Amino acid sequence: MIDIGLGHYLTLGAVIFSIGVIGIFLNRKNIIVILMSIELILLAVNINLVAFSIYLGDLAGQVFTLFILTVAAAEAAIGLAIIVVYFRNSGTIRVEEIDKLKG
Amino acid sequence: MIAHAIFFYTFSIIAVVSAIMVTASKNTVHSVFFLILDFISISCLFIMIGAEFLGMIMLIVYVGAVAVLFLFVVMMLNVAQQKNQWFAGQQSSRHIPVGLIISTLIFFEIIIVIGGWKYKPEIFDINNSISQASISNTHSLGQILYTDYIHVFQISGMILLVAMVGAIVLTFRQRSGVKRQSYIKQISRERAEGVEVLEVQSNKGVKLDD
Repeated sequence: MIDIGLGHYLTLGAVIFSIGVIGIFLNRKNIIVILMSIELILLAVNINLVAFSIYLGDLAGQVFTLFILTVAAAEAAIGLAIIVVYFRNSGTIRVEEIDKLKG
Repeated sequence: MIAHAIFFYTFSIIAVVSAIMVTASKNTVHSVFFLILDFISISCLFIMIGAEFLGMIMLIVYVGAVAVLFLFVVMMLNVAQQKNQWFAGQQSSRHIPVGLIISTLIFFEIIIVIGGWKYKPEIFDINNSISQASISNTHSLGQILYTDYIHVFQISGMILLVAMVGAIVLTFRQRSGVKRQSYIKQISRERAEGVEVLEVQSNKGVKLDD
């Protein structure tokens, strides 16, 4: 318990990943919260990569964390732009009412 | 070692609780603030474990840019009043068992993988070759980022550029009725359409706008 090792960091990453998945499934109100849950999932992946990079002594994990950070920022920008355009066109971003593509 | 454990548990408990609050909070603005708290505590963990550069980059990119972007969009769309309740309505209660089952499955799968690593560590070869104390984390990261990973680095720059252009193109809106200065129209004016020479007869005057 006291001796903090790789397993603690990986467990923290697993917990945050699962919370992100729960957030995607349980949130039926607001699509912005779903985007935030996706950010949580990417954060958990970053924790895993950094922990392995430190404990295995390989810097490639931290480099890939940088690239995941880049892609996460791009994804957040594009997703929020799509949400803004959708809100402008239809006036709502509640998840139950976004069913245009269902046919 | 005790201090390390205390700091780890403090920051990770803050991170987990604020991650739960991101999904469970009723107000969307509050969930954005809990997301910021989550990023800050995780970046403290990164700095503690020895990845200082990534901790600082997390602070700058996530807290400084992404979370503020989220906050901006939440406030612009005025969705804070749309309450975000977990167990409201028939529609949402259908998804709760599915979500719980899937996420607990994922959690236990990851835990099994971690357990396999923890109790049989010799299947991975661990070399601590890069952890010499003479060179800082940022320095060593820069040394391999600009040599071995230069192509990936530039591709990630292109991804950021494309994302920026895409976001601008998506949200750009040409309003009608707003008078804007158009350089093309100003420069491409000819003398023939701007000036007209009239023969003015005496005691008649000139009638414009005919």
